[in-house]
Amino acid sequence: MSTIIPIGPFHPVLEEPEYIQLYVNGETVESADIDLGRIHRGMELLAQEKTFDQDIFLVERICGICSASHSWAASLAIEDIVGVTPPDRARYLRTIVHELERLHSHMLWVGLAGHILGYWTVFMWGWKYREPVLDALEMITGNRQHYAWYKAGGVRRDVADEIWPEILKIIDEFDKNTDMLIGAILDDPVILSRLKGVGILTKEDAIHYGCLGPTARGSGVDIDVRRDDDYGAYSEVDWDVIVQPDGDCLAVSVVRLLEMKEACKIIKQCIEKLPGGPIVTEIRDIPRGEGVGHIEAPRGESFHYIRSNGTNMPERHKMRAPTFLNIPSFRPRVKGETISDAVLIFAVIDPCYSCTERMAVLDPSGKPFMTGQDLIKLSHEKTEKLRREF
Amino acid sequence: MASLGLVLNFLVFPGLLFTAVIGLLTQWVDRKVSARVQWRVGPPWFQPFADILKLIGKEIIIPEGARRTGFLLAPMAGLAAVGVVSTVLWLANMGGDGFVGDLIGVIYLLTIPSLAIIIGASASSNPLASVGASREMKLVLAYELPFVIAIFTAVTKVSPMTLRLDGILDYQAANGVLLGNPSCIIAFIVVILCAQAKLTYTPFDIPEAETEIMDGTHIEYSGAALAVVKLSQAMMLFTLPVFFITLFWGGLVLTGWGILYTIVKYLIIITIIVLIKNTNPRVRIDQAVRFFWGPVTVLAIIGMVLAIVGL
Repeated sequence: MSTIIPIGPFHPVLEEPEYIQLYVNGETVESADIDLGRIHRGMELLAQEKTFDQDIFLVERICGICSASHSWAASLAIEDIVGVTPPDRARYLRTIVHELERLHSHMLWVGLAGHILGYWTVFMWGWKYREPVLDALEMITGNRQHYAWYKAGGVRRDVADEIWPEILKIIDEFDKNTDMLIGAILDDPVILSRLKGVGILTKEDAIHYGCLGPTARGSGVDIDVRRDDDYGAYSEVDWDVIVQPDGDCLAVSVVRLLEMKEACKIIKQCIEKLPGGPIVTEIRDIPRGEGVGHIEAPRGESFHYIRSNGTNMPERHKMRAPTFLNIPSFRPRVKGETISDAVLIFAVIDPCYSCTERMAVLDPSGKPFMTGQDLIKLSHEKTEKLRREF
Repeated sequence: MASLGLVLNFLVFPGLLFTAVIGLLTQWVDRKVSARVQWRVGPPWFQPFADILKLIGKEIIIPEGARRTGFLLAPMAGLAAVGVVSTVLWLANMGGDGFVGDLIGVIYLLTIPSLAIIIGASASSNPLASVGASREMKLVLAYELPFVIAIFTAVTKVSPMTLRLDGILDYQAANGVLLGNPSCIIAFIVVILCAQAKLTYTPFDIPEAETEIMDGTHIEYSGAALAVVKLSQAMMLFTLPVFFITLFWGGLVLTGWGILYTIVKYLIIITIIVLIKNTNPRVRIDQAVRFFWGPVTVLAIIGMVLAIVGL
């Protein structure tokens, strides 16, 4: 007999609302259903009603953590339409900010993993170590999150050379702390007993489900957009793609931890090699056409497609965050595991729902079920009703 | 009059009220030490009291389909049991009359809060609570065996062998604390590990596991009922170290400099428990059962054998 154990829509471990149903027998999970769609924000439709320049700011807000990734991918898509390449200095600056973002995103995940395991000390320490990275981002871009820094053709503001020694100091310190954390986590037999062999995703399944980023690399799939489709300054610095063959929670954690070391390496080399010169290639107007930009966000490949009809607004702006492909891998992973591990297995992909939410339009006759205007009208009516009630 | 005195002993000192106050203060020590370990500031000393007072003022919600009596009475039974344990322990330490086999009574009563929580959670008709209850049940089965073996190691060490707390205290006063013997050091380690599970502290906070089953056994409790649950946990945090001090570490000395020494002993035990809590992740229930029935029980038996051969 199987019982349904609900996780969500509001659950202490998940910051965003989503709903997982675990079909359990005793403590063993037999199957699972994932129900998303509670924080759909209509970003793609919004993007069609804003100018290209405004769109960059909009896509930044898809995710608080991947704000550099989305704005860079959208910039790349626009550059693809126009056919320009940004100047060298801009490429390096973009790479530095993007890798800083990877540092703080992965460190955030380490903290969350500690929180899920009930290991509060790791949670607090991880987030403490993450803080200086945000300071570094603020020094470079002016903002801790939502940097407003990427722009089609380059970056928005130049950086004074005086700040780099300070940034290097922060990175060195972070590197040391990461070593300490790697030691503390990978030498602790209790943590290992919770992570090793739990939630295994085989290489075949990872390919079959189209997993991306650390999730795929933890299962031995050797993909990384930074290397496979060169962009930014990645081909000019020395770094490695971290791949682990096991596919369990431990392998994914190791991938994330070691990627932080690689990111530190990339940032240091970029600061060393940072060329001078202009920071932006001016884009006067955007011709009719379509462009694609994809980059390796901390959670995997982030994909943006933009179609322009010659006006100042995109005709279509399609975005796909990595979580969209990673979430379904929960199902093969969780089968046969216990309830204790279910949340950990779910969080191992570092899910980010609001980036991923889609809306299904279902109508048997093929006509649009509800247009954007209808939804806005619905929302107005509801607000009006609530206002009258209170 | 004697019976009125006993009732006062149970209700005020050293029973419910006294234990509750010191227990909540201890919980503050726990929270403060945890906060310092985690690079936080931590709450002011009255925070646990404020929490309990706030909870008492809130509405009690009884879930639909719950067994009202069992749901509400179970926490009270747990609270009463801890109060009785505390009274018995303090009276024995203050030179009062024990009774034959009061040690057995204490061991028995220390299990009641866990059983009460199981009953209360099962009565709440919540699937997560029933998962929590089944985990708690497994946990009790796991740690109770090494716990009892370790306690009887101390009993074996005392000559003549006695099951009276005051007898054990007299022996320690005459021959030095039991913790001076290798066998009792092993037993002490075992009981500290079991205390971690009895208090449902990390790494054995499996029945509550807030990130897995959202506080499991406590999920449906609210208002004053939740306050009672939290209060009996706080009182347990006070009572268990007192029990261990009585059994292994010469008991509570309540005169002169002895008071300071007693407080230091108490805080050392609390700090050990809090540090274990803060340097470990939660384990799975099957791992916990394997841990207690495997290494911990073997350790307890080794202690017992050492005690029998006279070490």
